[in-house]
Amino acid sequence: MNNVLATKRGIIGVGIAIGVLASLLQFWGNPANMGICVACFVRDITGALGLHRASVVQYLRPEIMGFVLGSFAAAHIFKEFRPRLGSAPIVRFILGVFAMIGALIFLGCPWRAVLRLAGGDFNAVLGLLGLAAGIWIGTRFLKSGYNLGSSHKTYTSVGWIFPIIMLGFLILIFFNPMLPGEGKSGIIFYSVEGPGALHAPLIISLVVGLIIGFLAQRSRFCTMGAIRDLLLFKQTHLFVGLVSLAVAAFVTNLALKQFNPGFANQPVAHTMHIWNFAGMILAGLAFTLAGGCPGRQLFLSGEGDGDASLFVIGMIVGAAFAHNFGLASSGAGATTAGIIALFVGLISCLLIGFTMRESM
Amino acid sequence: MENIIDAKGLSCPQPVILTLNAIKKQKSGELVILVDTETSRENVCRAATAQGWKTADIQPEGDGYRLILRKEG
Repeated sequence: MNNVLATKRGIIGVGIAIGVLASLLQFWGNPANMGICVACFVRDITGALGLHRASVVQYLRPEIMGFVLGSFAAAHIFKEFRPRLGSAPIVRFILGVFAMIGALIFLGCPWRAVLRLAGGDFNAVLGLLGLAAGIWIGTRFLKSGYNLGSSHKTYTSVGWIFPIIMLGFLILIFFNPMLPGEGKSGIIFYSVEGPGALHAPLIISLVVGLIIGFLAQRSRFCTMGAIRDLLLFKQTHLFVGLVSLAVAAFVTNLALKQFNPGFANQPVAHTMHIWNFAGMILAGLAFTLAGGCPGRQLFLSGEGDGDASLFVIGMIVGAAFAHNFGLASSGAGATTAGIIALFVGLISCLLIGFTMRESM
Repeated sequence: MENIIDAKGLSCPQPVILTLNAIKKQKSGELVILVDTETSRENVCRAATAQGWKTADIQPEGDGYRLILRKEG
């Protein structure tokens, strides 16, 4: 194997780099325990585009564009760009929708669950346990023949579509720059207060996103895969990467005095343990059925996987539903509508798992 | 006896599942796995190594790779 970053040392190094950079992003201005949160950031982008109008979570997060474009660059440099699609696209879209709804009930994707823990938010333990439980359910389906089928090769230009959309978002920021104290600049919405108003300087966010996108494409870093491979194959390869991320973020948080242990009054979090747990069961199951955590879906989109891009577009629609219909939790806790959506999501994912199995 | 498994176009973790199922059925000898991404290549080789199999050869084929796994009987 000539790919250094795909070795054990490589994945540990990548985990450490992401952990330190995530903690630093908080230091540089991102919301607390939210140096990187793929779900939250995609949700903020959805708000910035006006697809939902929750005024506190509107910002075109450059980290997300960086993730896709960094992966796109790595895939081209190392000749791994493979335009492909056609593996049950509508299913991947739906899984993206419900993954987002589940994550926004907990208030974070697996990346943020780990970063919340590394920042002392013990509610994250419930989220991580839920994530593991959801992934475990997913592995039962994988073991009994669940398979969304093959993708096929397609035109190069198809693989460019999603990276170009990301480039378009960067152009939107450039032409509609944030104006201090203003909720709107040109056609783009910004948050004046709340987590959407907290962010590192644009160029730093973008550069960190590009670095992580590049490293993650090379190392195949995946937070869901970390737990799935451990449960399914007893393989620790990706898991040591995830643990490295957690430890590195924890140590950096200690050094930067960003570690505040406890359950109550944690930033962008609530203490309804059962819904923290259940929200992440839904997210974990949806990620497993789709074959990757939300970060991984962005990196795959960068290397030409059109099905992964549809999962991300599903997440954008899920975020819009979550805020337009009041499904997302807040510091006050989960909502009744959110709990109903959670059960609809769980039933939908179970139906996908049960009915999309090949006879073995 | 040569056993060919076509895992082209399958997303993670299907290529590894197919490989491990084949290894379970076939305790030793030679297995050929066809994959179309570097990630699948790395994952399949890593999983096979963990089961005591060796990656005997990796040949580029079409847009992907033909992986030849071997274990002495």
